Amino acid sequence: MSQIETKGRTLTFNIFRYDPQEVGDKPKMVKYQIEETPGMTVFIALNMLREHQDTSLQFDFVCRAGICGSCAMVINGFPTLACRTLTKNYPKGEITLMPLPGFELIGDLSVNTGKFMRELAERLKLWLHPMSEDADVHRLEIPMSPQEAAKLYELERCVECGVCVSACATKQMRETFVGAVGMMKLARFELDSRDSRSTEDFYHVIGNQDGVFGCMTLLGCQDNCPKDLPHMQQIAYLRRKMAMAQF
Amino acid sequence: MKLIYTDSLVVGAGLAGLRVAIASKERGLDTLVLSLIPAKRSHSAAAQGGMQASLGNTVKGMGDDEDIHFQDTVKGSDWGCDQDVARMFAHCAPKAVRELANWGVPWTRITEGPRQVVVNAEKVTIEEAKEAHGLINARDFGGTKKWRTCYTADGTGHSLLYAVDNKAISMDIPVHERVEALAIIHDGKRCHGVVARCLVTGELRAYIGKSTTIATGGYGRIYEVSTNAIICEGIGQALALETGVAKLGNMEAVQFHPTAIVPVGILTTEGCRGDGGLLRDKDGHRFMPDYEPEKKELASRDVVSRRMTEHMRKGKGVDSPYGPHLWLDITLLGRKHVETNLREVKEICENFLGIDPAKEWIPVRPTQHYSMGGIRTDKTGQNPQLKGLFSVGEAACWDMHGFNRLGGNSLAETVVGGMIIGKYVADFCQENSLEIDTNLAESFVDKVRDEIDDLIEGGGTESPFVLRKEMQRIMMDYVGIFRNGIELDKAVSELQGLLERSRDIGLKCSKRHANPELVEALRVKRMIKVALTVACGAAARTESRGAHAREDFPQRNDKDWLNRTLSSWPDENALSPELSYEQLDVMKMELPPGYRGYGIDNAITHPDTEKREQEIADIISELGEDADRYQRQNAIMPYEVPKALQPKNERLSDNLTESGECVEKVGETVE
Repeated sequence: MSQIETKGRTLTFNIFRYDPQEVGDKPKMVKYQIEETPGMTVFIALNMLREHQDTSLQFDFVCRAGICGSCAMVINGFPTLACRTLTKNYPKGEITLMPLPGFELIGDLSVNTGKFMRELAERLKLWLHPMSEDADVHRLEIPMSPQEAAKLYELERCVECGVCVSACATKQMRETFVGAVGMMKLARFELDSRDSRSTEDFYHVIGNQDGVFGCMTLLGCQDNCPKDLPHMQQIAYLRRKMAMAQF
Repeated sequence: MKLIYTDSLVVGAGLAGLRVAIASKERGLDTLVLSLIPAKRSHSAAAQGGMQASLGNTVKGMGDDEDIHFQDTVKGSDWGCDQDVARMFAHCAPKAVRELANWGVPWTRITEGPRQVVVNAEKVTIEEAKEAHGLINARDFGGTKKWRTCYTADGTGHSLLYAVDNKAISMDIPVHERVEALAIIHDGKRCHGVVARCLVTGELRAYIGKSTTIATGGYGRIYEVSTNAIICEGIGQALALETGVAKLGNMEAVQFHPTAIVPVGILTTEGCRGDGGLLRDKDGHRFMPDYEPEKKELASRDVVSRRMTEHMRKGKGVDSPYGPHLWLDITLLGRKHVETNLREVKEICENFLGIDPAKEWIPVRPTQHYSMGGIRTDKTGQNPQLKGLFSVGEAACWDMHGFNRLGGNSLAETVVGGMIIGKYVADFCQENSLEIDTNLAESFVDKVRDEIDDLIEGGGTESPFVLRKEMQRIMMDYVGIFRNGIELDKAVSELQGLLERSRDIGLKCSKRHANPELVEALRVKRMIKVALTVACGAAARTESRGAHAREDFPQRNDKDWLNRTLSSWPDENALSPELSYEQLDVMKMELPPGYRGYGIDNAITHPDTEKREQEIADIISELGEDADRYQRQNAIMPYEVPKALQPKNERLSDNLTESGECVEKVGETVE
């Protein structure tokens, strides 16, 4: 079985190293070797490397279960969540790790996705704008269609890992492009019957080159999203909605 | 010295911390949150199954109310909780759920008409009332009389955290990310804030506030295998402990969740069993009914975890390279259910086990999951020893969980506790002025700086990584699901050895800015102290209560141990905490200690129990038959919540006259 096949392999990790705060340090790739263990993930491997080979190695993990979105990095050319990437998926035993592009580098594999996401939320006002502020929490809640609730949850599964941003060609060329994450979240609020914003309100935010009309439809977001969110469908939906908007 | 001041300082940006911050900001207070990570990455996001609140919308929750939720919580705690707090909580839980709906949480809603569910391995058709259509649904969880756990598929924590953080962003509440609190600034009586280190630049800052709220979560990572995120390291509890003044409560009360996947320890939600999943042994036999014929897989968590361990000790576990495990079978729920209501579980199974849980059984084992213990607080969330120090959520021992927490009550505690304590924090900030003593702040900053200097330049030889591994192994081997005096004493003496060694840590990486080894060293020194409070508390408590199960003292002993363990660390050079005890007063309880409903009833009774039962019977008969449940409750055990939260909760059943009976048709057996 797969565990036996891979047992005892020596893995080679090529890891991007750079500490922007260290005077004179320059970006470089460093090679490390490590013995593979059954069920090994990139999370396990990186921690072993830090403990046994280089205590200064920087990376970010929180949940290590694929739900918090902290650990996105580029693994052999593809952006993805490192915590749930099994080393046995790489038959040659060579794994190259690079920090996620498109975000401020903190050091090595650690990037500041948090700052990016907070700024995006503030810029696009990514929160529910309720119809009325004075809902009574002591009274029976307002009913919602069960289908709508299920649909909202589907769109809300985004973990803000930043993979869609790093996989987006438009974003690489246009700094202010909101990316799939921004559009997915707006689509989520646009769909929410509790939100008071009109199509016109959303148009002002994304009815432009930084939003739906900037997307070149290369769909790196759709191909790489670790939560399999329907980016293509949502971008198309928003674009249609915005194109048809008449004020 | 970099000094930053605010009114309401909150450490930790999970649900509990953010909710307190929102309550402060709502009052117009200046509010600031510190967090190790971006708020939305907090461990609150990992809560899958849901939060308990007695809405009683679904037909299987009809008739539910605060009284039943309260009773379930107290029984679940094995009578170790603070009953006033459990009351405050049960009363406010429906309000929190409804508030969250207003903030954007897409709670799973009820569809009117017939619906097929799995109960006790049988397909059952339930009929939801027309009036319930579109209201918030609930699922079954362990240790509860009614279906009470409100949910959004199995990503409830994620949805809640996103909604609450979005609310905080909309209110412009700043979160200083990648900042780690390392000491509480205090003068022995009053807490003034924290010393914190920026994890990127290494800068040390004094954050001063009128109130300081610790909401840093639990201490699961003192164990080698835990469902907790890797940042749940008990640093908040350690900060309180290191004041030498503030006390921690019930640190030995540690919960093991029955179903974490083997070997990595990632959680699969209790919702799997709540929705009808079964536990099976190596022969495929469903064994829980053999031990707990009534509650079966849905007994309280501590009970299920012990029964599983017992069963594996009988040789009924499935052998694996990582030791024995059992199976969680959700195949009988059907693919559609798994792919809609348990999809996070499905993803976890696919990614970490390479299996399809709609077709295959999931390898599971009881695994450290929750910290009932924490920073001791009064009912308002304030620490009794240090004025201005508050704590909330898993970090705290507010004490609604006692010695065992019910599934669905932790996610609920974050937002309900945050809602209640948030108001008390805001009151405190309005009633008190900011005191900035720069000399005092500087002395604490200097102390942390000296500690860092010593780690980097002190010539120590111990590795923080090695010390952590050893601590985690000791906790796994000797302070686990079943405990005994010999092993606990061993744990204490070995941890003391580690504590001594931790004073001689030396680092290979001498950077003062972003340096993961330095972070590790600063934490492990503190974690070992926290581990010692758990081990010492467990060694001293010679009874079994809730999750604290002593093989050498199998009885719950209300006569001698109906109390809360308090630990403090007054002498910083000492090798163990100082323990003291806070008695629980039976004569004030609404629900005096009784039989919990599992196994044999072997509790040693408290002398006051009978007296109190009689007193309650007298109170009720004196009130007469016209008294409603609110009047009865108030006569037995009056409790207080902030004024804005006092109104009664409206329920669907208040409006229904004749509908609402439970229509059940038992169908084919699927086992």
